[in-house]
Amino acid sequence: MNNKALIVTGVVIFLLIVLFPFWYMRGKAAPPPEVELTPKAKAAQKCVRSTEYMRAEHMQLLDVWRDSVVRESKRIYVNPDGKEFNMSLSNTCLDCHSNKAEFCDRCHNYASVRPYCWSCHIENPKEKT
Amino acid sequence: MNLRYIVPLIAVTLLFLVSYLGAQVSAMQYVLGVVVPYVAILTFVLGFAYRVINWSRSPVPFSIPTTGGQQKSLPWVRHSKFDSPVKGWQIVVRMALEILTFRSLFRNTRMKLNQGGRLSYQLEIFLWVGALAFHYAFLVVLIRHLRFFTDPVPFFVQLVENIDGFFRVEIIYPAFKFGVPGVYLSSFVLLAAVSYLFFRRLFVRQVKYISIASDYFPLFLIFGIALSGILMRYFTKTDVTAAKELTLGLVTFRPTIPEGIGAIFFVHVFLVSILIAYFPFSKLMHLGGVFLSPTRNMPTDTRARRHVNPWNYPVPVHTYDEYEDEFREKMVEVGLPVEKMPEPAAAEEPEQAEEKE
Repeated sequence: MNNKALIVTGVVIFLLIVLFPFWYMRGKAAPPPEVELTPKAKAAQKCVRSTEYMRAEHMQLLDVWRDSVVRESKRIYVNPDGKEFNMSLSNTCLDCHSNKAEFCDRCHNYASVRPYCWSCHIENPKEKT
Repeated sequence: MNLRYIVPLIAVTLLFLVSYLGAQVSAMQYVLGVVVPYVAILTFVLGFAYRVINWSRSPVPFSIPTTGGQQKSLPWVRHSKFDSPVKGWQIVVRMALEILTFRSLFRNTRMKLNQGGRLSYQLEIFLWVGALAFHYAFLVVLIRHLRFFTDPVPFFVQLVENIDGFFRVEIIYPAFKFGVPGVYLSSFVLLAAVSYLFFRRLFVRQVKYISIASDYFPLFLIFGIALSGILMRYFTKTDVTAAKELTLGLVTFRPTIPEGIGAIFFVHVFLVSILIAYFPFSKLMHLGGVFLSPTRNMPTDTRARRHVNPWNYPVPVHTYDEYEDEFREKMVEVGLPVEKMPEPAAAEEPEQAEEKE
């Protein structure tokens, strides 16, 4: 082909697309989010399960809880230590982690995750009831 | 056993093992997570640009567009505009249809002898369907992955995520829990399509016959990439925040290796890096090549316009007239026939006559 201009344009477009993240970020990145624990959460020391487990599997745990409560009306969760919990996002999770914006949202926004918990549950049941 | 797929299979398995074992050592994590991706992306960009520019420099000796319809002819003959394009915008439409919908694959036919020896051609669209599924799933997966490389995540990435996760597939049994984080269909379409493209090469005899190692290698590699991605997202669950910290570090040239990233993440990144680095040297370059294929991007005006071979260069020629001018007297001396007689040639005529006898 004889059209040099077309080829150069094509290569430039290719580079723009492939290197999109590089020029979009322009070398600046926000530091990774740090979750904030409320005094109550700090005092409790331990969540329903270990921190590692919760970090990786909290969404699955909540999903299983939802099914268990809604479909089988089983509301009591017993963790491996034998401790019992009420399976409730609003009353158990948000009781300690009442700071959704600093606890839930930071990581979710960072990773572009939009959980649909909040399409039914209100963010802070204690404030808004 | 067929070496042509066993060797690539072993190669991909070795790549998996290298990265999996390497991820256990923290020094190797830096190599796998930072050095290899940088080298890969550099190889990809430079290699791709080099290949395309190199192609663009090679002249096209003949006008070889494929004609899929009536060429532009006399005014009352209906011109098939997008199958035999003449003008620039018609070529753009044909190229767009080819690149976005793979029309040449759609034209695939299968020849069959019916009962009674009648020959029939039937449409064979499975390759076309498989290729469409594969390429578009791959595109969606690529766009979705931009969430790891951008902050804030652009709207079109979130849009694609929402569409891809539309069905919210959830399976919850005590023994098998699947569905959170949200299931993206594209990952599974990609895995299924790449498997189909592989089994096609394996089981269709004619395709198997022409398949070589460099056909199987990218298929195995992409299978490994899709599988490791699916495992990481839905089953072993890597810390996404840490993963994004690493990828953002790469993009902003402040590479870090955060704590708590699973080995499967390094496997995934390593296999992707290998794919990217291998890209410019392989058949995968059809990504650039499709834009430069003369059978698609040349106007079908072979009868209206003369295509001059750009290889034609001025050759020093010595025509017969010049030759005779140079040697006429000598030729006449030895009695060779000449086109133009020199003027004092009358005396030598008898000699010529003798020769004829």
